[in-house]
Amino acid sequence: MREMIISELSQALHAMARGFAHFLPRLIVMLIVAIVGWVVAFVAKVVLRSILRLVKFDKLSENAGASQLLAKAALPSATEMLSRFVFWVAWLGFILLGVSVLGILGLQEQVARFFLFLPRLFVALFIMFFGLLAASFLSRAALLAAVNANMPSPRVLSLAVRSIIIVFVLSIVFEELGLAEQTMLVAFGIAFGALMLGLAIAFGMGGRDLAKRFLEKKIVRGKKKEEEENEDEPSPL
Amino acid sequence: MKLAEESYLTDDFLRQLVNVGEVDILVGLPTHNNAQTIGSIVQTIQSGILRGFPRERAVIINADGGSRDGTRELVTGVSIDDVRPASNLHALRTLHSISTEYPNSPSSGAALRTILAAAELLRAKACAVLSPNSANIEREWISKLLSPIYRDGFDLVTPTYRRHKFEGLLITNLVYPMTRALYGLRIREAYSPEFGFSGRLGSQFLGQHAWNDGTEGAGVELRFTLAAITGRNLICQSFLGEKMHVERHAADLVPALRETVGALFSALEPDFPVWSAVTHSQSLPTTGADHEVILEPLRVNRKRLREMFSSGVAELESVFQSILSLSTLAELKRIAALGEEEFHYPPELWVRTVYEFAASYRKSVISRDHIIQALAPLFRGRAFTFLVENRNASEDEVENNIEGLCLEFERLKPYLLQLWESRE
Repeated sequence: MREMIISELSQALHAMARGFAHFLPRLIVMLIVAIVGWVVAFVAKVVLRSILRLVKFDKLSENAGASQLLAKAALPSATEMLSRFVFWVAWLGFILLGVSVLGILGLQEQVARFFLFLPRLFVALFIMFFGLLAASFLSRAALLAAVNANMPSPRVLSLAVRSIIIVFVLSIVFEELGLAEQTMLVAFGIAFGALMLGLAIAFGMGGRDLAKRFLEKKIVRGKKKEEEENEDEPSPL
Repeated sequence: MKLAEESYLTDDFLRQLVNVGEVDILVGLPTHNNAQTIGSIVQTIQSGILRGFPRERAVIINADGGSRDGTRELVTGVSIDDVRPASNLHALRTLHSISTEYPNSPSSGAALRTILAAAELLRAKACAVLSPNSANIEREWISKLLSPIYRDGFDLVTPTYRRHKFEGLLITNLVYPMTRALYGLRIREAYSPEFGFSGRLGSQFLGQHAWNDGTEGAGVELRFTLAAITGRNLICQSFLGEKMHVERHAADLVPALRETVGALFSALEPDFPVWSAVTHSQSLPTTGADHEVILEPLRVNRKRLREMFSSGVAELESVFQSILSLSTLAELKRIAALGEEEFHYPPELWVRTVYEFAASYRKSVISRDHIIQALAPLFRGRAFTFLVENRNASEDEVENNIEGLCLEFERLKPYLLQLWESRE
């Protein structure tokens, strides 16, 4: 009996030792991959940061309005943020590659999904950045045009242009990421429809008199008034 | 002629130019739907050529931007025989009138390019460009613009006009003083639709100018003048008389800013080696008056100008933060809060504003076109001050005020150089 127990224990220990002997090289490989990954990610971060500084990415980000958002959230500059993001994505990629070497069932599938998700993440970030850039440019264009045309509430108009573009961009970004596609689609439809309906009701009901005066001024007297105003401003050239 | 310019002209136009041969005098006429006035203008030009240059070979080149009102037919339909009996003038040579439609949408740049290409092909010695939007072109203008080129060896003749003291405020408050301070020549009308030039200068500009730089030729007249200055060409001024527009475009301040200030700002970067070395300004040889001012009362809505300035400063604060220094912006906000009686946009602040805009334009702190648009409300504030200052001013007082502003632009030029060289 005693011999049997010892024999079983001995077999278990041997099996464990064999298993560990099989696992140890994989663990070492994983650690090596992780360390190499850290070095590669760090180099990628430094190189990217230098390139972004060279092309004045912070200026572009400032124009897009992204820098202001980051500053409000007490986050580092756009260059630093993007560099760090690339570092972490690269390193995480290497760690997951290392983990897949361990041969743990279930993890490999998750790793594969992560790598499949990466291109979509980059495309989403790309859309987000240029969407913000477009929103900033077009809202400023609307603001300048409204101010120079002496229109009432230019900033409201500018904000409306910016908001509509950002909502539109966000809906595309979420769709690209595959996050709550249906919810985002419905939410966008509701938000956009509500905005238009709200504007229609506000203008048609709440501001009926104002609308009447506005239309009268624009359609009936607008042209005459404009001509009079032009006559009152000397030619600049 | 370069192949690029040859292919730019239509085959039919090239054939007509070949039939003309070489000419001494060329008058260019850019048009777009000017049927109402073009007939009389062509007659005036013909009369001017017959009177001033009866022995010279001459041609009128009409560069049209796609008129749909028969402008081109009117240009070619005017007969020299209609002019002769009325003026008792006789040409010893054939006077040709050729019209062509350039390929792009209507623009002064495309029209000038066509005229310059034709001038080069015809080896014209002296050329002039006239605007169909000038309501009072006289036949003497032809001699005034062409004689200094043809007979005295000048390369560029810019006009001077008799103007109302409140007309052309963008010229008197920005283009003239800044061009003078930076380039060192006191050219009153560096941006004008009427000017004369030598064939040599025309060819030089045709070859060097970046015609496809995306600006669609905005402000090409000013670029032409600046190219003449930087090329060290001989320049003079000629007094043409009163300047009257066929149509008033008072509300088109932003397009006017694009054509003048935009063209000037964009020229500053390539011209830096020239203007940075200029330390003082000098006057030009001028035929006739250097300037003349009409003083009769003019109804002007000053209140609207000040209101648009104040609302512009308030609404565009976020834009100005990218363009202006903190001290300039603070000062603008201070004067924007003042009432109509106390409001004053002093010359020094105006010059600082313009120079900071020029430096921001160079650094492209935001879209360059947005920088130009943002200047419009500030210009209205400066125009208001100019109108108030000169409400009851005599001709000399108006001139003294303009001269004072010019000297301020010259005094603060080191500030622009400092901004230009700073990295911030």
